[in-house]
Amino acid sequence: MESLKVNKLNHHFGFTEILKDINFTLNKGEVLSIVGPSGGGKTTLLRLCADILDVQEGSVTNSFVNKSFAFQDARLLPWKNVIDNISLGLLAKGEKKPIAIKKAQEIALKFGLEEEDFDKFPKDLSGGMRQRVSFARALVVNPDLLFLDEPFSALDIGLKQELQTHLIELISKKDVSILFITHDIMEAIRLSDKILLLEADPGHIVKEYVIDIPQNQRDDKFVYEETAKFLQDETIIKTFELQVGIN
Amino acid sequence: MKFFIKIVKDFPAYLWSGWGAIASILLFIAAWDVGNQVYGNLVLPSPLETFQTLTLMLGDPEVIDEIKVTLYRASVGFGISLLLGTTLGLLAGFFATASMMSRPIVTILVGMPPIAWIVLAMIWFGMGDTTVIFTVIVASFPIVFVGALQGTRTLDGDLKEMADSFNLPWHMKFFDIYFPHIFSYVFPAWVSGLGMAWKIVVMAELLATSNGVGASLAVARSQLDTATALALVTIMIGSLMFIEYIILEPIKREVELWRA
Repeated sequence: MESLKVNKLNHHFGFTEILKDINFTLNKGEVLSIVGPSGGGKTTLLRLCADILDVQEGSVTNSFVNKSFAFQDARLLPWKNVIDNISLGLLAKGEKKPIAIKKAQEIALKFGLEEEDFDKFPKDLSGGMRQRVSFARALVVNPDLLFLDEPFSALDIGLKQELQTHLIELISKKDVSILFITHDIMEAIRLSDKILLLEADPGHIVKEYVIDIPQNQRDDKFVYEETAKFLQDETIIKTFELQVGIN
Repeated sequence: MKFFIKIVKDFPAYLWSGWGAIASILLFIAAWDVGNQVYGNLVLPSPLETFQTLTLMLGDPEVIDEIKVTLYRASVGFGISLLLGTTLGLLAGFFATASMMSRPIVTILVGMPPIAWIVLAMIWFGMGDTTVIFTVIVASFPIVFVGALQGTRTLDGDLKEMADSFNLPWHMKFFDIYFPHIFSYVFPAWVSGLGMAWKIVVMAELLATSNGVGASLAVARSQLDTATALALVTIMIGSLMFIEYIILEPIKREVELWRA
């Protein structure tokens, strides 16, 4: 079975220690969230896992074949229209152009884009539309491993919910494994099977939480209650340096 | 090919958008005519007289030969600085040290007055083609070089990372990520380089050769033939405007449709 194994991973930028002794395994069909305060090395960890950054110490073993990445900002190519942006990953995998375009159009419609948007350049799209395109680009390749780098953080709640619903649908079919980076505990609770808490300076994992209920059975009430419970957890209070009694 | 068809298809609409420009040129000619009425024919011949001289000159095979000579020098000079400037600029852009070291040299090249280059070139190469072509090269090279350098220096690291995350093969990385960005810097640099080459070629010819548009300008000056001088200037400006607005600008518009 495919898995992503991270073993004794350390990372430095110059003399600054960013990550220290990170160990975890992401199995097929699982959603693993890494939660922690901003600037805690989450993004670095994700990049190491996605092989965008070179591993210095320790190891990352990835047996998933088909991976894709959704970034915090959309990162669309400004000189390509919506459809050409979405089909980028397909073309990179050697898909024939007409097929790639057809698939891109199908997924674009599914992600709430309209036919009249297909020829638009990113400059003519709103921030939310761009993120839809970015998501469609990441998912059109049918990834078995998806890296998410806080892709919801700049979206309004409506769009956030819509995109998360798409993901939950994929998750419940066990089609995709996700490594998800976020600083939003509620998002993590809604989507993950397992949550790792990453404390900063240097980034190291302090606690692991498992949520057993399948994602598509978690309603808002469950998510709110769990979030409230999390926010009273001693380790979380310490990691995020929450001021108890103010909120 | 598809791209070329699109340029041709959008061309009439582009031309139609040029009425404002034409109106402004006509206004300029009107002001010129006022100048003629105030200062007289010797100082500033009327537009009508200038254009009549121009028509006569364009019918004269000898004049056409002079224009061809100038065209040849400008094209060779600009062609060389285009190739050299683009290649070296791209190379320098890919290496931090090279781009750091090339900056002061570019400043020297840009700061050096073309007239000084002409003097040096006349000493080095004597009077003739080489001097003119050399001057054109050194004058337009830094412009093209800086454009190419900026293009590679400003490549977006985030997009590179995105390309890596999708494992784009090298040819896709080049054509889909690097090329459009670099081209959007290099192309305008080519256009300004061409404008520079066009101006410098006449100046160099005026001082260093016995043929070409520049040399004809020198002859017109010695004979106080202001109408011919102005007609020659009109030829230079007219041809530059043709190249820039009829050929390059439509291409640029299509290429940079994606720009905000």
